[in-house]
Amino acid sequence: MSAATIISLPDQSTARIPKVNFLTKENGLLSWLLTTDHKRIATLYLISITFFFFIGGALAGLIRLELLTPQTTLMAADTYNKVFTMHGVIMVFFFLVPSVPATIGNFLIPMMIGAKDLALPRINLLSWYLYMIAGCMAIYTMAAGGVDTGWTFTTPLSTHYLNTHVISTGLAIFVAGFSSIFTGLNFIVTIHKMRAPGMTWFRLPLFVWSNYAASILMVLGTPVLAITLVLVVLERTMHIGVFDPTYGGDPILFQHLFWFYSHPAVYIMILPGMGVISEVVSTFSRKRVFGYTAVAFSSVAIAIFGFFVWAHHMFIMGISNYAALVFSLLTMLVAVPSAIKIFNWAFTLYKGSITFETPMLYAFGFMGLFTIGGLTGVFLGTTGTDIHLTETYFVVAHFHFVMVGGMLMAFLSGIHFWWPKWTGRMYPEKISQLAAVVTYIGFNFTFFPQFILGMLGMPRRYAAYPPEFQALNVFSTAGATILGVGYLLPMLYLTWSLKYGEIAGDNPWQATGLEWQTQSPPLTENFAEIPIVDHEAYDYEWLEKQTAARQQQEVA
Amino acid sequence: MTDSAAVANSAMAETGNSHHGEHPPYQRHHFETVDQQFDATNFAMWLFLLTEVMFFGGLFTAYLIMRNWYYQAFVAGSHQLSIVWGTANTAVLIASSFTMAMSVWSAEMRRKKSLLVYLCLTLVFGLVFLGIKGIEWHEKWEKHHVPGVHFSVESFVNPQSDPAVYNEYHDAPLAPDMAQKTEEYFFLYFAMTGMHALHMVIGIGILVFMIFRARSGAFTNGHVTFVENFGLYWHFVDIIWIYLFALLYLISRH
Amino acid sequence: MDHISPVLWQFLQKWLTHFPLFPPEASKIAPQVDALFYFMVLVSLIGLTIVILLIVGFSILYSQKRHPQAVQIEGSTLLEATWTIIPLGLFLVMFVWGALIYFRVYTPPANAMNIYVVGKQWMWKVEHPGGQHEIDMLHIPVGQPIQLTLISQDVFHSFSIPAFRVKREAIPGRYNTVWFEATRTGTFHFFCTQYCGTDHSKMIGEVVVMTPDDYKKWLAGSTSGDSLAQNGERLFASLSCNACHNARPDARGPNLANVYNARLTLSDGQTVTADDAYLRQAILNPSQHITQGYAPIMPTYQGQVSEEGVIALIEYIKHLDSDYRIQQTLNTTELLPDSEGGKSAPASLAPAAQKETKP
Repeated sequence: MSAATIISLPDQSTARIPKVNFLTKENGLLSWLLTTDHKRIATLYLISITFFFFIGGALAGLIRLELLTPQTTLMAADTYNKVFTMHGVIMVFFFLVPSVPATIGNFLIPMMIGAKDLALPRINLLSWYLYMIAGCMAIYTMAAGGVDTGWTFTTPLSTHYLNTHVISTGLAIFVAGFSSIFTGLNFIVTIHKMRAPGMTWFRLPLFVWSNYAASILMVLGTPVLAITLVLVVLERTMHIGVFDPTYGGDPILFQHLFWFYSHPAVYIMILPGMGVISEVVSTFSRKRVFGYTAVAFSSVAIAIFGFFVWAHHMFIMGISNYAALVFSLLTMLVAVPSAIKIFNWAFTLYKGSITFETPMLYAFGFMGLFTIGGLTGVFLGTTGTDIHLTETYFVVAHFHFVMVGGMLMAFLSGIHFWWPKWTGRMYPEKISQLAAVVTYIGFNFTFFPQFILGMLGMPRRYAAYPPEFQALNVFSTAGATILGVGYLLPMLYLTWSLKYGEIAGDNPWQATGLEWQTQSPPLTENFAEIPIVDHEAYDYEWLEKQTAARQQQEVA
Repeated sequence: MTDSAAVANSAMAETGNSHHGEHPPYQRHHFETVDQQFDATNFAMWLFLLTEVMFFGGLFTAYLIMRNWYYQAFVAGSHQLSIVWGTANTAVLIASSFTMAMSVWSAEMRRKKSLLVYLCLTLVFGLVFLGIKGIEWHEKWEKHHVPGVHFSVESFVNPQSDPAVYNEYHDAPLAPDMAQKTEEYFFLYFAMTGMHALHMVIGIGILVFMIFRARSGAFTNGHVTFVENFGLYWHFVDIIWIYLFALLYLISRH
Repeated sequence: MDHISPVLWQFLQKWLTHFPLFPPEASKIAPQVDALFYFMVLVSLIGLTIVILLIVGFSILYSQKRHPQAVQIEGSTLLEATWTIIPLGLFLVMFVWGALIYFRVYTPPANAMNIYVVGKQWMWKVEHPGGQHEIDMLHIPVGQPIQLTLISQDVFHSFSIPAFRVKREAIPGRYNTVWFEATRTGTFHFFCTQYCGTDHSKMIGEVVVMTPDDYKKWLAGSTSGDSLAQNGERLFASLSCNACHNARPDARGPNLANVYNARLTLSDGQTVTADDAYLRQAILNPSQHITQGYAPIMPTYQGQVSEEGVIALIEYIKHLDSDYRIQQTLNTTELLPDSEGGKSAPASLAPAAQKETKP
């Protein structure tokens, strides 16, 4: 982008990355493994979740290849079942749930509120270790032969009828759950107690609000999943339990307990992504977010309503018609805050001064795809259409539009946006814009045909399918290859930029957040001096004054 | 990079704090004041206890639903529990809560000796609790009431075969299908008391660690956060037991 | 293209002739579901268009080149209220509309013909009241409300007929029902849509919708001789149920004649309706369902009788208020309205098929 850009980099001939920063403060493996610095832990998380993302992505590739033909050509049905189960487990519990909060959130929240670290740095490290232990257990499970319950662990299938590694998977998710609980707990405490002087609740960046909302869900929802999995494991080992009707249990109880976590879990995944979009849209339109309070409260509203909609996963399971009615109504209510956010972001552009760097392109991608994902969610929340569409590829497409089209776009947007802050160097702009466009095209090719497949009635989790579904599946697989390229590109050029990227300087985007008012990469203590906040978030006039004052100082 | 550069740089970072005066050694570097540190960790503990409530909440939900379905089996199952041991254990735990509260008080008063005494007492009460729990579990084992491991419904289809319980309650025999459901009761009994005992074991581990630290005067220097937060945890585990005692032992008695 | 790659050409040809974008509408409810679906697609498209227009429009109008200085705007309560209330209103319309359809799909009409479906890893076993068994096939007449009573004997399955727009989970341990009325003849897929283990994707079957005449022929040709109720009677005897449930004055068990759908008072004072689910529970977990005035002496039949057996028993008990043999004859062979059997059966029990097939 030659003309229209807000990138303002320091003079490359003289600029240097600050000698002292959180990356260089100490050296050696131990200094990383025993670190309590939230930025280092975020870096560890970033590396590990990228690793798991590519494992999950490879499994997704296998799924799409298998579905190229109607028969089971590439692998047997039970292998396919293991592949999609591990894809689900890894992507949900080891990528989506920790993605934005544990990496970008971990890196930014203390800086955004003007603190030196999270309130409980050692707990933060512990949560990374728990994540890694859980990850190793998941990888062990795969190596030992895998598991084929589906990521939903439906009882009594998971407790009684399978002889794969359900227990190690269950325990892996249990441990990963505690990692997530500790992250959420840490964020809530930090946001409550560690704000810099003058940083009132309504001066917080919206990224902090949305992570706060997600943290509430993590703290209250995850323990229920944990105990549910414990009960599943006990039922498997003792051959008695509360979920299998042959022992006198109630399989519907499992559904209630599981979805009590797993529905809020999708908000755990998407809310932090929404926070990223708020930051990016504001920065690249040089304008405060339209209706700050509405966006902030809509995050909290999603978190609260999100707890009372779980049974919309059970409309066809034989819950009473009136229960279905209530949960459908509540589902409609939870859709509204998302709509508010979309329109508020769109109107943030109004009378802005917009530029189209990579993070903004990803953010546009998010807004388009999330709108589709959200609206198709209403199809599934409406009882009448849910009967036909649930458990088909319509659900798969909806979920991936929200999670991959929404969350992953937001994640990539955030990674590009804060990359200069994190590493001190810019990523290459042109190729990354290309990657954003490739991702967008590949994504639509992959997942849009699946809506039609779902309407046609193609059930999910099928290794083989009737031949009339093939054409659309071929489209989907073709799109997936494009999508794969779209994800490999950032991996390559971001690694390249670690050494060869341009020096970014403190604030390449001229953004207003406190994290941009310190050096890049930041000091271990984040700030040379704890800032005193006297302005609202996204106050670009304040930023101009600051810049002017600094220039004057330099002249003087 | 050199250490000197780091020192030079961090010296600049420290200036912001210097007008707060000297920090006590136990203040972590990222907190501005001791009060903030205390507030934050205390708040974190309460949040953690909230997650624990949700954790046990799942078990309680399962218990209440199953009890509603298989009421007679749950009544008969609970008659197998010894109210004497249960009451004794409740008393032990309440006593340990008291000594724990006294430990916190001693730490606040900076009385090292009494802190050590109370911590040790809490430890002993905790171990006694687990011991009694062990006796109860052993009894279940002997009677084949451990679910999943050669579970026997003999005491329920034929109550006279279990004279100790029969003489107290004169239970009518259960129909075989209902008698089977007592295994459900014992499954939940073991799951719930087991989860609780696991919390006790973790608590006792931390207690031992605290006693070692306290011997070198760790908590009597004005920094009582750790003791206080552990106290919260201990009281919470105590409260969970009160609920378990009520649900498992008491509500089915007439 | 042909000269480049014959294989590719074949593929393309196959796709172009074999490329459905919308499933057939083959039941009475399907057009209603589709109407709502189209409405929602329309609303979604309008919503999406608005969002895209806003983003693209603002991006062009207020790009940095055209609009170098941003104007800071706090927000607008009026606008925000607009895009809160309008989506909420639309969602509520969808909610009400959807709920109406949902209640219709899951509330079978009184005259529906009941067919039992048992899910099992990995097949569907269909039990017609006339005693016809099918596996992974379901033959039904057109223009007749059909109620499926679904249960699974192992894990969760889900019975889905996309062409009818209906789906219901088959759950172990409880009956679920769904109903539909096919509006055109033909063969349509049905699927298991709930993941159920290794061969989940092989649980595909076909529903064959036939004209009443063809259906009659099919019924006659596939009967095993005994109706479901007759099988139930045999089972009733072989399990010695009649040792207690024999309607004698000194019987140890309650009389089962006319018990189906009656209100019963249990020993704990509760009153319940003796529907399919209750009868199933009473057979498998008798001690929870003791009728007032009787001792809890009935043994459990859990593990001794299969789900199909329970279904046969229930079907037998259902028909204990009438001469079910005549009923059976009706169901299997005599679908004609003017048959002898049809006249002798009580009006309330005459299968609805009779009325429907009248011209």
